[in-house]
Amino acid sequence: MESLFKLTWLIPVFPLLAFGAIVLYVRRWKRVASWLAVAAIAVSLVLSQVVFWVAVGTPHLGEHPFEEVVRWLPTGLSAFEMGVMVDPLTAVMLFMVPLVCTMIFIYALGYMEGDPRYARFFAYVSLFATGMLGLVVANNLLMLFIFWEIMGLCSYLLIGFWFEKPSAMRAGLKAFLTTRVGDAFFLLGLLYLYSQTGTLAFREVLSEETLHHLASLSVTLPVFGTVPVATVIALLIFGGTVGKSAQFPLHVWLPDAMEGPTPVSALIHAATMVSAGVYLVVRMFPLFHAVPHGTAPGVVATIGAFTALFACTIAVAQNDIKRVLAYSTISQLGYMIMALGLGAYVAGAFHLITHAFFKALLFLGSGSVILGAHHEQDMMEMGGLRSRMKITFWTYIAGTLALAGIPPLAGFWSKDEILADAFNHGHYLAWAVGSLAAFLTAFYMGRQIFLVFFGHPRSHHAEHAKESPRTMTYPLLVLAVFAVLLGFVGVPEDFPVLGHLLGNPFHHFVGHEHAATPVNPLVMGLSIVLACAGLGAGYMLYGRKPLEEGQPDPLTRLGLVYVVLKNKYGIDELYQATFVWLTIRLADLFAVFDREVIDRVVNAVARGTAIVSDGLFRFVDAPVIDGLVNLVGQAGAWLADLWGRFDLRVIDGIVNGVGAAAQTFGRAFRQVQTGRVQSYILLASVNVVVILAVLYLVL
Amino acid sequence: MDWPVLSIMLFTPLVGAVIVLALPKEKPALLKWVALAISFIPLILAALVWFSYDRGTGGMQFVERAAWISAINVHYYLGVDGISVPMVCLTALLTTLSLFYSFIIDQRPKEYFAFFLLLETAMLGVFMSLDFFLFYVFWELSLVPMYFLIGIWGGPRREYAAIKFFLYTLVGSVAMLLAVIAMYLETGSWDILEMARLQPFAANATLAAVAFWAVFLGFAIKVPVFPFHTWLPDAHVEAPTAGSVILAGILLKLGAYGMIRILLPIFPAMFRQFAPVVGILAAISIVYGALVAMSQWDLKKLIAYSSVNHMGYVMLGVTAAAAAAGSGPAAADSQAIALNGAVLQMWNHGIITGALFFLVGVIYERAHTRDLKAFGGLGAKVPTFAGILTVTTFASLGLPGLAGFVSEFLVFRGAFALIRPFAIVSSLGIVISAAYLLWKVIQHVLLGPLNERWARLTDMNRREVITLAPLIFFMVIFGLYPAPILDLINQAVVTIVGSL
Repeated sequence: MESLFKLTWLIPVFPLLAFGAIVLYVRRWKRVASWLAVAAIAVSLVLSQVVFWVAVGTPHLGEHPFEEVVRWLPTGLSAFEMGVMVDPLTAVMLFMVPLVCTMIFIYALGYMEGDPRYARFFAYVSLFATGMLGLVVANNLLMLFIFWEIMGLCSYLLIGFWFEKPSAMRAGLKAFLTTRVGDAFFLLGLLYLYSQTGTLAFREVLSEETLHHLASLSVTLPVFGTVPVATVIALLIFGGTVGKSAQFPLHVWLPDAMEGPTPVSALIHAATMVSAGVYLVVRMFPLFHAVPHGTAPGVVATIGAFTALFACTIAVAQNDIKRVLAYSTISQLGYMIMALGLGAYVAGAFHLITHAFFKALLFLGSGSVILGAHHEQDMMEMGGLRSRMKITFWTYIAGTLALAGIPPLAGFWSKDEILADAFNHGHYLAWAVGSLAAFLTAFYMGRQIFLVFFGHPRSHHAEHAKESPRTMTYPLLVLAVFAVLLGFVGVPEDFPVLGHLLGNPFHHFVGHEHAATPVNPLVMGLSIVLACAGLGAGYMLYGRKPLEEGQPDPLTRLGLVYVVLKNKYGIDELYQATFVWLTIRLADLFAVFDREVIDRVVNAVARGTAIVSDGLFRFVDAPVIDGLVNLVGQAGAWLADLWGRFDLRVIDGIVNGVGAAAQTFGRAFRQVQTGRVQSYILLASVNVVVILAVLYLVL
Repeated sequence: MDWPVLSIMLFTPLVGAVIVLALPKEKPALLKWVALAISFIPLILAALVWFSYDRGTGGMQFVERAAWISAINVHYYLGVDGISVPMVCLTALLTTLSLFYSFIIDQRPKEYFAFFLLLETAMLGVFMSLDFFLFYVFWELSLVPMYFLIGIWGGPRREYAAIKFFLYTLVGSVAMLLAVIAMYLETGSWDILEMARLQPFAANATLAAVAFWAVFLGFAIKVPVFPFHTWLPDAHVEAPTAGSVILAGILLKLGAYGMIRILLPIFPAMFRQFAPVVGILAAISIVYGALVAMSQWDLKKLIAYSSVNHMGYVMLGVTAAAAAAGSGPAAADSQAIALNGAVLQMWNHGIITGALFFLVGVIYERAHTRDLKAFGGLGAKVPTFAGILTVTTFASLGLPGLAGFVSEFLVFRGAFALIRPFAIVSSLGIVISAAYLLWKVIQHVLLGPLNERWARLTDMNRREVITLAPLIFFMVIFGLYPAPILDLINQAVVTIVGSL
């Protein structure tokens, strides 16, 4: 059975082939292109399922992961090897990623219908899937980074897919550059790690002795003082996560990424891009916790917790259906990051997987709503879609309840595990922040549901909405099943009845070396209460008395607070006025410096030389040397005269020759200033000739 | 191989130039095809050398040596190793592509193609020469045809740009020449490899320092390293398209090649001592070059400054290797990685920036402007151009999966281990280069609503696509699997590092 692991490397290859084939050969046949992409991801899905189930059936896979490498580049006396690896973490990612991707691809068949760049879309999303699949099977950090960046490229291309729209084109650029800032830190961390350990293979880097070595070394930094190397490396790598998983302060790109077609939003927000950032932390988890009582986990947890709450507050005040979900993603990612910072490895990984399913469901559902409502994205213009889009409605409800954390849906189990873990380990502040965020999450989802699906249509578009085609609704149904049921693989074992029955397979498979998080009835009860309260508050404000057309959002009564939240705390404007402005000014300043200072110095030197040579010509060459030469000529002539008929031609020839040479030289030097072509060639040749002659004489 | 493959490769273009000159002026098509056909001979031979270079043995191969000017011990001495083979191949490839692209030249085609072939001989000569005298002859010779290519077939300010290019390089060359003569007087040899063994001026630090800086100046101007770079934007902006391609693709490499082949092995101790200074210049070239590029609105000028930025990585790699000269096997791996990165970056920059200049030519031929503000929305109008430009741009900004990344990664890896502060400062360049390439180039040219002025713009024609196809091929193939070229480079680099 384990020989089937040898299929692993093929998993990212199929979508890559689809990408290449579409770009090179079948651009013009859009049906062929789209089905090629779907077929390729489906093959990857089948292969991944095979690998997953084999992995589940392989004992001790965690301790002895499958690995296969090829020599990729020679580096001095050693060589860098690239390869694939399957361990339990990879296996569960392989369960999730191709499955969600396949649903998104099928959905896109319908959603992208009629787009002039239909084939190109499927090429890009195939490459996107390649990026994520390559990333999860990578056996080393460099390969992970390579696929990580390929995803960055795809996000750029897809967010700006409708590039004629200036807002889309700017959003793509913003996404790429913002994540690139994080990536620069990631790259530095990677280089640091590589130069300290001489390897980037996970198995070697994360081995006990390497981690111990890194933890025992320390480096003195300005401002921070003496810090263990392991901490520095971990935090630099975490910089990549902050960018990719849109954590504060690099979160600004993700909401704008909504400019892309909705299947792309689902892809970015659920299965691929942002998950990659969290996956990186999960993968490098031992490094983060290598230093006993180190600062890295605290930093990670703080950023995660802050982001979780911060993004929730913004989500509350957004009116664009996809933007609400975007901030929701940021917030949920914050949860995962917080969990990993607090040491809750299994809970973080579990939430990563469950979230992927229900967030993909919600995004695709929102896309269905948008398409049904004739490309209307403003929730204030919706309403009453419940009866018009039945499948979309019910699946959306499933996603909402899962995200809000209503038992027994998937999100409940994973989120509760994070909160319980935080509480049990005495991280009360993190727990409180997480709980507050849970309440707000339920609230903004309730607000969304009631604004979109209940009440009366508030616009012409909503009035005439109709259900989406089956290529779109079937994926919703599949994802809804996972959103409802997936949580059962991670029910704590001490949970009454269910726990014993199900046995928490997720924990046993992915993190059996980590202690299980026991059920905490207080935490669990409170989180259920908060989730219900959040949904209830949503009902009170938006459900009991649905908004009518033109009626303002009740939240506007919050006044200034609402304005601040709606404008996302003004962070975009702040960045624009500081970093962006400064960089552009600096660039302009340097350009002026280059033109007006450096280049002028060059020209001044050249002019100075010209003036000197002119002076030489006028005051030395013409009167003195030329005079001398002429004198010699005269003398020669005189001698020739004197010697009468003695070989007149020879002497004359010499005299004329010297005279002519003198004139030529004079002219040549004058031409240094006039810029005649030949004089420079002459100068170059003379260089060589003179040197040769000198050498010849000297030796 | 027992026939003089290098000599044949070297002099075929020269003979070709004479043949082209002898052809009748009235038949421009004929002489273009003849020139192109001739350029295939060195290209095929270069490929042959690439594949038949014995990677197991390493060292200098295909060596030819004969006394030339015995009075002063000058030899006609050619040979190639893993560093020069890629450069020779790059030269042959870019020359052939440039000639093919230049079929559009109508003004005095005969002279144009003859100069181009002459230029090829000069460039190949620099990469093959193992005798300093010979090296210098070819080095100077390369100036002449490029001078004319800019001065005759260039843009409005061509005379100024051509003279600036010529004189600036010449100043550096003279400085280098004086130092080299002094080195010859000291060692009695022009043999580049021999000089590295003899280590001239080992006993006299002052003299060594003067010689080091003189040679450095000669190469630094060519690379170009900040602050000696201002000839570059002028030359590029005025040069004809193929001239820019060769200028950026190969002539800049002459300087970088000199740093690695000559300066580093002959003055390792000096280079080590001055590594902080050179490192600062490299880091400035990277960050400053990127920022100044970001401020440009002339597409060609922007790419010219991006060369300052990208060649800065070469210098960073060389400096890293130099900084650890003489520190034994502990640093050897990092040094080798840095130098591998530097040489690979030379190759990649040639391929990528060559492609970028071709693409500027493509758009300029049609639009007759390079003003970034004048474009917009071409992505939907000219999809092939858009696709190729996008791939090339991403290769240039170092996207993993494309060639530029591998070399930048290796340079950074080496530099991070050996000259950490410079590597950290230089990493700013990664972000800024993404900014100027995506914001200025891609966004202003391809994205946004279509500027109606370009409603009738045509996409790339077959000649242009054929010109760019091989370059795209190399960007992708060595991005995915760099081992074939790095096996070649690595071996030579390890030898150099071992001798430091």
